[in-house]
Amino acid sequence: MVTANRTWDGVVIYRTAQQGWSANLSDAAIVRTSDEARTLLGEATADDVGAIGPYIAPVELKDGGEIKPGNLREHIRSEGLTIDLLPVPA
Amino acid sequence: MYAYDELDRTLINERVSEFRDQVKRRLSGELTEDEFKMLRLQNGVYLQLHAYMFRVAIPYGTLSSKQLRALARVGRRYDRGYGHFTTRQNIQFNWIKLAELPDALADLAEVGIHAMQTSGNNMRNVTSDQWAGVAPGEVEDPRIWSEILRQHTTLHPEFSFLPRKFKIAITASEHDRAAIKVHDIGLRLYKNAEGETGFEVLVGGGLGRTPFIGKTIKPFVHGRDILSYVEAILRVYNQYGRRDNIYKARIKILVHELGIEKFAREVDEEWKQMGDVGLTLDHSVIEEVRSRFSYPAYEKLPHMPDELKQAAHDPLFERWRRNSVFPHKVQGYSIVTLSLKPVGAPPGDATSDQMDAVADLADRYSFGEIRVGHEQNLCLPHVAKRDLPQLWKALDRIGLATPNVNLVTDIIACPGLDYCSLANARSIPIAQELTRRFANHDTAELIGRLHINISGCINACGHHHVGHIGILGVEKNGEEFYQITIGGRADEGAQMGTLIGPAIPYAEVADVIEDIVEAYLALRDRPEELFVDAVKRLGVEPFKERVYATR
Repeated sequence: MVTANRTWDGVVIYRTAQQGWSANLSDAAIVRTSDEARTLLGEATADDVGAIGPYIAPVELKDGGEIKPGNLREHIRSEGLTIDLLPVPA
Repeated sequence: MYAYDELDRTLINERVSEFRDQVKRRLSGELTEDEFKMLRLQNGVYLQLHAYMFRVAIPYGTLSSKQLRALARVGRRYDRGYGHFTTRQNIQFNWIKLAELPDALADLAEVGIHAMQTSGNNMRNVTSDQWAGVAPGEVEDPRIWSEILRQHTTLHPEFSFLPRKFKIAITASEHDRAAIKVHDIGLRLYKNAEGETGFEVLVGGGLGRTPFIGKTIKPFVHGRDILSYVEAILRVYNQYGRRDNIYKARIKILVHELGIEKFAREVDEEWKQMGDVGLTLDHSVIEEVRSRFSYPAYEKLPHMPDELKQAAHDPLFERWRRNSVFPHKVQGYSIVTLSLKPVGAPPGDATSDQMDAVADLADRYSFGEIRVGHEQNLCLPHVAKRDLPQLWKALDRIGLATPNVNLVTDIIACPGLDYCSLANARSIPIAQELTRRFANHDTAELIGRLHINISGCINACGHHHVGHIGILGVEKNGEEFYQITIGGRADEGAQMGTLIGPAIPYAEVADVIEDIVEAYLALRDRPEELFVDAVKRLGVEPFKERVYATR
């Protein structure tokens, strides 16, 4: 897949097969070869106004086609912090 | 407090207008990200994992209550209700929208705060001792010199495109609370044998991928000459610093490769050639800056007021006082550290509600002034001792009276992989688990002074090299591992910690730290021997053996 951050607010986004962007990982276009990945990245990079810093990231395809992040970094980007958001007074 | 003049206010407001226009052009597509990136970085705007991150400077760690309320407002209005105080007297907001950043900057400009040069290859926030101006035995207030350097280097064209970022820290006390030996330039203010005020100048310190302790380049530079001497250093760095390799671009690499003697000769030659270029500080200039710092009208108060004697019967108050309250240069007053390290919380984070409450307490008890230290805690610098019991109760109500300052749970940690795009591993959950393991304050007091510093990558924002125990996150085959160093310190005896052995998996880090602490308790020759001194005496072997014998 190709992921980036949305320019105006920085939200994590994923490149879709419809040549757009979605904030849902489940909408991400999944590619299987390096040529396909490069093509997808090229299209994503061309959208300099909508997205910032696109790159190719790994995914894990579960049984039934569910898309899961392929590493911890992408898991955190997709699912959010692994900690409570706000400081917790003792 | 320092009172900005009209020039400062104009500069900050113009900068906001300029950035507003740049953001507008970026969002319309008129500016590409490549064109915009440097502009946003010069205004403290990074892109992190989840969002933009906005870093705001707190020059020499001094804030007014009004300024702290403005930061609280930014957290509440434009972010998610909190901010993160960093190891360089900055605050970071993690969830800010680019489209709203100009408004946030405008709000901060109203109280004289900005984000200029909190990123990019320029002179960063000039930091200082958070006890500046109130520490007993201090030569003089080092913030005067920080301010002079701040004014000179802000938007200075010659220093806006350095080979790499550049950090200066200043102390005027024998005990270094500003970590000057791990800065590009460290300045120690003192009086020489003739009674003249000047600086020992250190250069080439730093952490990150290639850590070095700063070396003394000049044992004494008179105060009036410090601007020209620092400029000479920067000119040599600008000329010879490497721009072809980001990992070798910091001044520490140049100093290391040339050797301090040759580097010093180059600087002396440059200094000589510069001659009188108007950088010698007239007495009147120094006094003008000095006069813009205002100090409280302290009352004449007893050393031991009745309120304090009565409160001393409460063991919980006494524990907090013992831990968080420090001597002040004026009798009857104290410096109070507010721990931003409650058990189970991210180190250095404060909610907007907490910031507002601290601002109110500063107005009531500290002449409206707050300080920020590199250990990621806050400080009220002018608290009358008679007010300590009331202050303690008020701090406890907002979760800021954890009695753990300088103890094992007073952990320095970078945001790590939870937020940071550079990180390889998480820092905050490790810190949280350690605070839970050592949550018992009796145990923490028994252990004594122990600084744990955690970084989520080799860039070392958590200063792991100089932690008494340093924890560095690395990535191995997609998993988080952590290297452990011991024996580091960031004070006047600064040194890098020593690696104890192979990296440890995420799940075992807290157990390993417990093992190291238990080994220390068994090995120290008396209760007063600090962890870091025990490591110095014993070396790393006994600790290494304890950690790896069963792993």
